[in-house]
Amino acid sequence: MNKIKSLADLKKLQSEVQSKIKLRENGNNSEQLVQIKVSMSTCGIASGAKETLNYFIEELERQGINAIVTQTGCMGYCYAEPTIELTIPGKPPIVYGYVTKTKAKEIIEKHIKLNEMLDGIIPIAYSSIDN
Amino acid sequence: MKDLSMHILDIAQNSIRAMANLIRIDVTERTSNDQLIITITDDGTGMSPEQLKQAIDPFYTSRTTRKVGLGLSLLKQNTEMTGGFFKLESTPGKGTRVTATFGQSHIDRPIMGDLVGTLLILFCTPDNPDYLFSCQTPSGTYSLDTREAKKMLGNIPLSHPDVRTFLKEMIEENLKQIQISE
Repeated sequence: MNKIKSLADLKKLQSEVQSKIKLRENGNNSEQLVQIKVSMSTCGIASGAKETLNYFIEELERQGINAIVTQTGCMGYCYAEPTIELTIPGKPPIVYGYVTKTKAKEIIEKHIKLNEMLDGIIPIAYSSIDN
Repeated sequence: MKDLSMHILDIAQNSIRAMANLIRIDVTERTSNDQLIITITDDGTGMSPEQLKQAIDPFYTSRTTRKVGLGLSLLKQNTEMTGGFFKLESTPGKGTRVTATFGQSHIDRPIMGDLVGTLLILFCTPDNPDYLFSCQTPSGTYSLDTREAKKMLGNIPLSHPDVRTFLKEMIEENLKQIQISE
């Protein structure tokens, strides 16, 4: 039977990751990275924001796209959850509604990679909130 | 909310908004009296007695973006539907504790769902507080302290993809070991 992993094994991982992280850090200026904020309050969570967030993290990592995926609070668009706020460096943030996994895939393929806007943008004069 | 893991994520978000530094999440299965107890304790700003009274009112929220606040009331409803109960305690400046007790084998009890996914979202988001997670079943107890994990990792953040994958596997294996029920 395999030994169950414990926190002590993290120590081993630490040195492995240490060498890789140096490469990443150079470009780690958050201003220059694509930022995705997933709205995570009751309305978002109940509509599946958890799957959306995990999908973005895993898919962007799989494709090797360096992006920051974080959470934010309710933006008031509860009817359109899960919502995300996408910021491409140097551009104003854009809010997408009804972001299921399929929509998330489309956003990565079209908006993040090719910079083409998609349907489903919430077209309201919008200012970013802090939490 | 479709499952209990979503409730946990939801309530923990309240704690994050209350500027907590440490959030304790305890999941306890008590077969002796057929209970499943979820406790979330934070050291955030806490609530005044007036706010505490209003907190479970679905039409009360401290947010300004919308006029409803359903998180706590949905959780309360779910516990009461399974013959359990819900308790909310808070001291301004000290923190808040939410205790949700479910009837473990009650047919209306939502499933636990993707608990590991919830924990990863909480643990691996940059700038989030520290967590003390503990899960107790009749087969054993599993605890994880993110402060210890951070100490092991030094300058590497918990949000690093390799660390995330490691944590995912570690928590999954350990929860399987103590036979957490669905």
